Amino acid sequence: MSPCPSLHIQNLALHYGGQIIFENLNLTIQSGQLVALLGPSGVGKTSLLRIIAGLEVPFAGQVTASDNIPLGGRIAYMAQQDLLLPWASVIDNVMLGAKLRRMRPNPDRAMNLLERVGLATRAKSLPVELSGGMRQRVAIARTLYEERPIVLMDEPFSALDAITRTKIQDLAAELLAGCTTLLITHDPMEACRISHHLVVLTGAPARLGPPVEVPGLPPRAPDNLLVLQTQAELLRMLAQ
Amino acid sequence: MRGFITFAVFLAGWWAVTQFCPVPPYMLPTPQSVAAALIAQRNFLFDNTLVTLAEILLGLFFGTLLGALAALTMAVLPPVQRWLMPVLVLSQAIPVFALAPLLVLWFGFGMTSKIIMTILVIFFPVTASLADGLRLTEPGWLDMAAAMNASRFSTLWHIRLPAALPSFASGLRVATALAPIGAIIGEWVGASSGLGYVMINANARIQTDVMFAALFVLCMMAVLLFTIFDRILRNLIYWAPDSRRGVS
Repeated sequence: MSPCPSLHIQNLALHYGGQIIFENLNLTIQSGQLVALLGPSGVGKTSLLRIIAGLEVPFAGQVTASDNIPLGGRIAYMAQQDLLLPWASVIDNVMLGAKLRRMRPNPDRAMNLLERVGLATRAKSLPVELSGGMRQRVAIARTLYEERPIVLMDEPFSALDAITRTKIQDLAAELLAGCTTLLITHDPMEACRISHHLVVLTGAPARLGPPVEVPGLPPRAPDNLLVLQTQAELLRMLAQ
Repeated sequence: MRGFITFAVFLAGWWAVTQFCPVPPYMLPTPQSVAAALIAQRNFLFDNTLVTLAEILLGLFFGTLLGALAALTMAVLPPVQRWLMPVLVLSQAIPVFALAPLLVLWFGFGMTSKIIMTILVIFFPVTASLADGLRLTEPGWLDMAAAMNASRFSTLWHIRLPAALPSFASGLRVATALAPIGAIIGEWVGASSGLGYVMINANARIQTDVMFAALFVLCMMAVLLFTIFDRILRNLIYWAPDSRRGVS
């Protein structure tokens, strides 16, 4: 994979129905780092992600990459739902991007990715035959198949049970290492465990708090004292 | 099995009415006389059934084709939707049956007028179901396709169209149930063959047993047609949630 650029969000503003959702929003994600964005529901996290992905137009401000190459076509997007196509097999879902761009799919690479998420034996299965955790692993493989330097994730693990979630978080942190990643979550534990650092978006209009650093490198163990301490701090911050 | 029981109960009830009520046979023939007519006229009925079946199948084929084309055009070109949809809805306000004499006048006594009649009857459910299915694509899939740099055509072909198929299948089921009506009405108004023609002729000659025999064949054909189409559609759209398959 080509070296990933840093992502710069400058003076971003979003108005919706005459209401200011956020204004003067600035954030830099260093090359190859995973930044978690925490915040209560309805604060504008998903809108921010959609703007970066080019799915929504901001009121003001811009999102650029450090190498000055436009972002279009360099971002992979992972949503809250796994968004697997129910009529396509697991491997076809992984290679969906190639099909949509009318390029030749690469089944060897798709199989390789499925092996890394532990689903090589289920390549021919339909999504309906898989559990929620398996489906989300297929979604990760599909995201990785895109080979995009920048990855945006919108609460991708929120629908999973606690144990599956922990496993998939470790897997995602491992596989996404090297990509410039922005992860939206409302789970402080998730943010503390798998991000390099995290930021909190709160208030109306919403503002970004100062970056919160968790010592050590992700993925961090759930019983790591510093993780638990930071998590408690975040819960206090979010409850205010 | 349940079908047979229902059928047997229905036959018994029918027989009881003819036996114990003072209904003359030209109003309601006995099940035995209808069965006798069915056997005596089997070749005649079979030939006419083939005609009606051909009309229904051709009507279904062209109606589905035209309806799918209309729905796809509306999905690709939104202005067409704004112009075409009111016309479609308006066309439903006109009783299609009122057009039957006109169709016979224009297209003659042959199969063409009946096929067009069938097309008219099924066009709206087919078009509306596919158009609805294409309109209601899961927004997440469209976002994902956009992030994957899919063209509009790719998105339509690989995502919107397959996603619309379960809804389209509902429309096709309705169409399969309605199609015989179109063909029969067409035959009533003017035809030289077909089950509708047999029925109207037998009626005029007070051969009520033959009329009932034709009606029986028509019902069997309609039920069989629907069952076969339903089975095929369910197998083709294997991913749709279906309580009867135990997959949800």
